[in-house]
Amino acid sequence: MNTTYTISIFTEDIIGLLSRVTIIFTRRHVNIESITASESELKGVYRYTIVVTVSEEQVKKLVKQIEKQVEVLKAFYHVNSEIISREIALYKLSAEAFKENESFMNIINANYAKILSIASDYIVVEKTGDEREIKQLFNDLEKFGILEFVRSGRVCITKPLKTLNAFLMELENNSNTTIKHFNK
Amino acid sequence: MKKHAKYNTEVTGAEALILALLDEQVTDVFGYPGGAIMPVYDALYDYSDQLTHYLVRHEQGATHAAQGYSRVSGKTGVVFATSGPGATNLITGIADAQIDSTPMVCITGQVASHLLGTDAFQETDVLGISMPVTKWNIQVTKAEDIAPAVAKAFFIAASGRPGPVLVDITKDAQFGKTIYKYEKCESVRSYFPSPKVNETDVEKAAELINNAKRPYILCGHGVLLSGAEKALLELAEKGDIPVASTLLGLGAFPPQHPLYVGYLGMHGNYGPNLLTNECDLLIAIGMRFDDRVTGNVSKYAKQAKVVHFEIDPSEINKIIPADVAVLGDAKESLGLLLPKIKATKHTDWLKRFEDCNDIEFEKVIKHAVDPDSKQLRMAEVIDKFHKISEGNAIVATDVGQHQMITSRYYKFNKPNFCVTSGGLGTMGFGLPAAIGAKVALPNTEVITVLGDGGFQMTIQELGTIMQSNIAVKILVLNNNFLGMVRQWQQLFFDRRYSFTEMKNPDFITIAKGYGIKGKKVTERKDLNEALKEMYEAKEAYLLEVVVENEENVFPMVPTGASVAEIRLE
Repeated sequence: MNTTYTISIFTEDIIGLLSRVTIIFTRRHVNIESITASESELKGVYRYTIVVTVSEEQVKKLVKQIEKQVEVLKAFYHVNSEIISREIALYKLSAEAFKENESFMNIINANYAKILSIASDYIVVEKTGDEREIKQLFNDLEKFGILEFVRSGRVCITKPLKTLNAFLMELENNSNTTIKHFNK
Repeated sequence: MKKHAKYNTEVTGAEALILALLDEQVTDVFGYPGGAIMPVYDALYDYSDQLTHYLVRHEQGATHAAQGYSRVSGKTGVVFATSGPGATNLITGIADAQIDSTPMVCITGQVASHLLGTDAFQETDVLGISMPVTKWNIQVTKAEDIAPAVAKAFFIAASGRPGPVLVDITKDAQFGKTIYKYEKCESVRSYFPSPKVNETDVEKAAELINNAKRPYILCGHGVLLSGAEKALLELAEKGDIPVASTLLGLGAFPPQHPLYVGYLGMHGNYGPNLLTNECDLLIAIGMRFDDRVTGNVSKYAKQAKVVHFEIDPSEINKIIPADVAVLGDAKESLGLLLPKIKATKHTDWLKRFEDCNDIEFEKVIKHAVDPDSKQLRMAEVIDKFHKISEGNAIVATDVGQHQMITSRYYKFNKPNFCVTSGGLGTMGFGLPAAIGAKVALPNTEVITVLGDGGFQMTIQELGTIMQSNIAVKILVLNNNFLGMVRQWQQLFFDRRYSFTEMKNPDFITIAKGYGIKGKKVTERKDLNEALKEMYEAKEAYLLEVVVENEENVFPMVPTGASVAEIRLE
């Protein structure tokens, strides 16, 4: 059965590594639903967050193939209940929306969104939430005419407390090669 | 580490590359020059007494030669090529090395860094193109980064499950100046190539083995890569366990040993395939359950428990779920396992293999090695050659029917003497791979067995043999067909021989053009003498044996069938 999994990948900061990771999905004909990349809590260690909908067997194999890449430190997969995740969305609307001020502001408030920017002819609304909430606000605002819409990929924090560093220590301890340590 | 005379002095990036190779104890390079790698070739000119360069005739040949070199010697093969087409020509060999776990370092020249991404002359994104087929790759744009990149490349290529790596060096980096230093790479912090063997897993494996009534060992390339042949032999003997080998594992277990039951896979032996579905415990060592070994996975060894010894975590549970997986180097794992194994006998179980062998002998082998056909058959050629060389020659094959016949009928007495393209099935592999093998082990007889099709894919490497005086013996089994495809057309496509018939050139004349002696044999009475003459020749020699046009390789496990549905005819 296919489920949505969030894969978190911790990597070195290397040109081309993202490509090396994404071709693992391409080769197996798996579509990446969203992807984000940024530096993690460890300096110089990058974190990719990739969302896919596949079977558990598939996601396990994907994670192993990702971990096999020399410059990948560690990869994990999680189901939605194991993570706290957010996406951010921006909606650009015509300033006309203000003409119906009351209902527009009600929608913004009811959705816990905020107005990010106001210009003479347009306004930009920002919403942080999960996929469903972002879609809900989209639906609510549609009647005002959405000029532009953009949604980020998912970012997430995992619920288990174990730190990346602890995982890396474990890897080092189970390895025959001596590794130059991370900040212990 | 012995410090080079140039240590701590200013050198060009190109010279730094050559010095780094020397610091890695590289003695041989296979390559082809071109615009973007000219500074490297210029630097090489001063070191040709320490670093022998073999000029191939096509970059693909360089990769296969490096593979052959590595497969027989365990050393990392090294390749030079220029940018653009030079680099793209490497891809087939790199992909082959990747799937057959062969350590190889490819050095490619690249356009100057300010031209990257401009569609400059002979610019290609070799990093992007090679990414899916390399274990690791890197582009270097500064002279000072060359030596560290080379160090890392050699470490990654040879450690853990070996594989090909590529170092792409821009022309300005080759021309640039740097103070030469070399530090051997011994670890990469994100890379854990050699897992410590978990003793609990070994205990569990031992328990399954000790309790099994019909245990069965499948040995693969991993046994050879880790040098676990002796440990494997001890395990088999102590536990009285039959051993079958994958294509790339041939030679890991002595073929004449009573516990050796044969060769696995689509055209492997009858018993080893059939009895996979009768054993109660499969002990897979350094093998990856390739589809050519498993046939239909849903009907593969369902009755058996599985113990999998494997160094690459991604191979565990990839195809066949393991009841016990022992992650780590095969030699280390088997070393820990041996004291826990109880000496026992499995006489009845072994008898099953003998019986199967008798059936296969009657139905297949007898007719193949001693045929009553008028025309020569491939198996009798290989069988005779086996007897002449007593299994002591390195045999590099190409891909197709002759490859399956060679792996069936040549009994490899020594580890790493079988050089073949298993995973990728690369036609054109045989001839250049044999060249590399002979360069690595010049005192060992090296023969390449080729089909008429595959030979012509890299036939230009006869030029390399000529120029560098490489005493490779070439045995062409000519059936004037792309035989394996023709066999499939006959069996599964209603004998519609679509574009598999070959009109071939006169191979002997071609060889002569390259200054290589040759002989063509069409009749049985001349075969033995001709094989002897080829084997005993002191220099390169080509023997063409014209064989039956429409011979089929049996046994065969048809695609989609279970290993138990192996066909003998």
